[in-house]
Amino acid sequence: MDSGVEQTRELPQEIDTKTDTRDILARETRYQKEKGFNDWTIVDVDAHHSEMSSWREVVEYLDDPILKHYANEFQARTGGAPGLSNHMPGLRYQDAGGRIPHQTHIGEAVDDSQHHRDVTLIRRSMDAMGLDHQILFPGNLLQLGTHPQPRVEAHLALAYNRWVCERILPVDDRVKTLLYLPISEPDMCLKIIKEFGDNPNVSGFMITSVRFKPVHHNQFIPIYRELEERGLPLAFHAGLTWGDDWMKQLDLFISMHAISFVLCNIVHMTNWIIHGMQERFPKLDVIWIESGLAWLAFLMQRLDSEYLMRPSEAPLLKKLPSEYMADMYYTCQPIETSNMGLTEETFKAVKAETQLLYASDWPHWDFNPPSTIYDLPFLDEQAKRNILGENAVRLFGIDTK
Amino acid sequence: MAELYVGREDEFEDRGRKVIAHGDLEIGVFFVDGGFYAYENKCVHQGGPVCQGRILNRVVEMISDDKTSQGLAWSEDDVHIVCPWHGYEFNLKTGVHPGYKNARLRPFDVKVKDGEVYVVT
Repeated sequence: MDSGVEQTRELPQEIDTKTDTRDILARETRYQKEKGFNDWTIVDVDAHHSEMSSWREVVEYLDDPILKHYANEFQARTGGAPGLSNHMPGLRYQDAGGRIPHQTHIGEAVDDSQHHRDVTLIRRSMDAMGLDHQILFPGNLLQLGTHPQPRVEAHLALAYNRWVCERILPVDDRVKTLLYLPISEPDMCLKIIKEFGDNPNVSGFMITSVRFKPVHHNQFIPIYRELEERGLPLAFHAGLTWGDDWMKQLDLFISMHAISFVLCNIVHMTNWIIHGMQERFPKLDVIWIESGLAWLAFLMQRLDSEYLMRPSEAPLLKKLPSEYMADMYYTCQPIETSNMGLTEETFKAVKAETQLLYASDWPHWDFNPPSTIYDLPFLDEQAKRNILGENAVRLFGIDTK
Repeated sequence: MAELYVGREDEFEDRGRKVIAHGDLEIGVFFVDGGFYAYENKCVHQGGPVCQGRILNRVVEMISDDKTSQGLAWSEDDVHIVCPWHGYEFNLKTGVHPGYKNARLRPFDVKVKDGEVYVVT
């Protein structure tokens, strides 16, 4: 006799730092199948791995024997950052006091001894989120631009770049990177571009935005010229800092994170636009990463208003700052949607249908799965396909066959 | 209307839970202060597995009569479930976000019969 009671199966009670990535993201996997976009081309233009977990390997790639000695000696010290890095203690707040375990630590079991552990973790997240291609970045090294020793920044950048290109990227054709440029040392940047510019796993280069250097300065011009001549994109990857006088007034992580990730790119974008960098390098594709999107409509109007009143201070400009901004590329994460009307207007302002690039930022605490774009109520299907993948395919020349 | 079997009543300790699945529908059932509460395991933010997050008391800020802050403390009354994807928090007895009433989990009725717990869908 039918009792009217349906039997059920039990799921794990709690997701923690040992939970498999595929289980953490299972809801996204299932949602894509339900909605039928699991077979779309999806390119993730900003994801991360934890290079600090492999720091002993990375520092072995240091050329300088004395720096390598210090890096190895520092490994054994307690209470500080891993050898030679300037890892910021404030980053510990990112997981909201252990509330977001995939930010705390990815401690799941990996039984593949053939490949680096990071490769397995990357593949699991890509498969769970239906990603066809991914641009991979480091984690804590995004703070390296504030290192008090520019020479150490430069040598660590070179070591990391060599390590990631040798140990991580060659394993899976779907995974590429925009390599770190330590612009405090322009000669090292040119050396890095020449060494890796033709590497098939390098889709371009990246400047970390957490740094206090005016990006239009003449000392950096040869870097941009080299990239433009080679047809390689340049990205500015935002980050957080508690280290400048404005951020020191924000005594909670939420406040500092909300502002510093945007402020650094507002400053660099303003210099980039007002000093006419788009006029000087019209063929250089520029990407602004991980500041969300809400800042763009503000800065467009702000710079337009000031430029119209003071054109003599920006004589290289031949059109409005907002028009130059709409010529560049932006990643969507972390997307702000509490006021969908403002979100829609921002998409229009930046010509999102051709200029916006999907980014997950996995495994960080404010990541966006692809469904965040798919679910936006004001986009038609072609716009969603462009943002989730087609724009990046075109920008990076990705072979989708 | 269907009744989904969850488990025995005596399997639940205070602040205990079970997360069950029936087809594609996942539901978290919680036992808090002597009562059962059930919600869909789908965060209103971006669809994360909210019922499989950490259970923590709400954080409150203590403000004196003179309006100065005396620091933070754990609430003695409000228990929250925290979505493990991004940290959205919801009161386990109401399913509502502490600062945004429009963000609320989809609730289900819970029945207890003869020491057995069921969710009504």
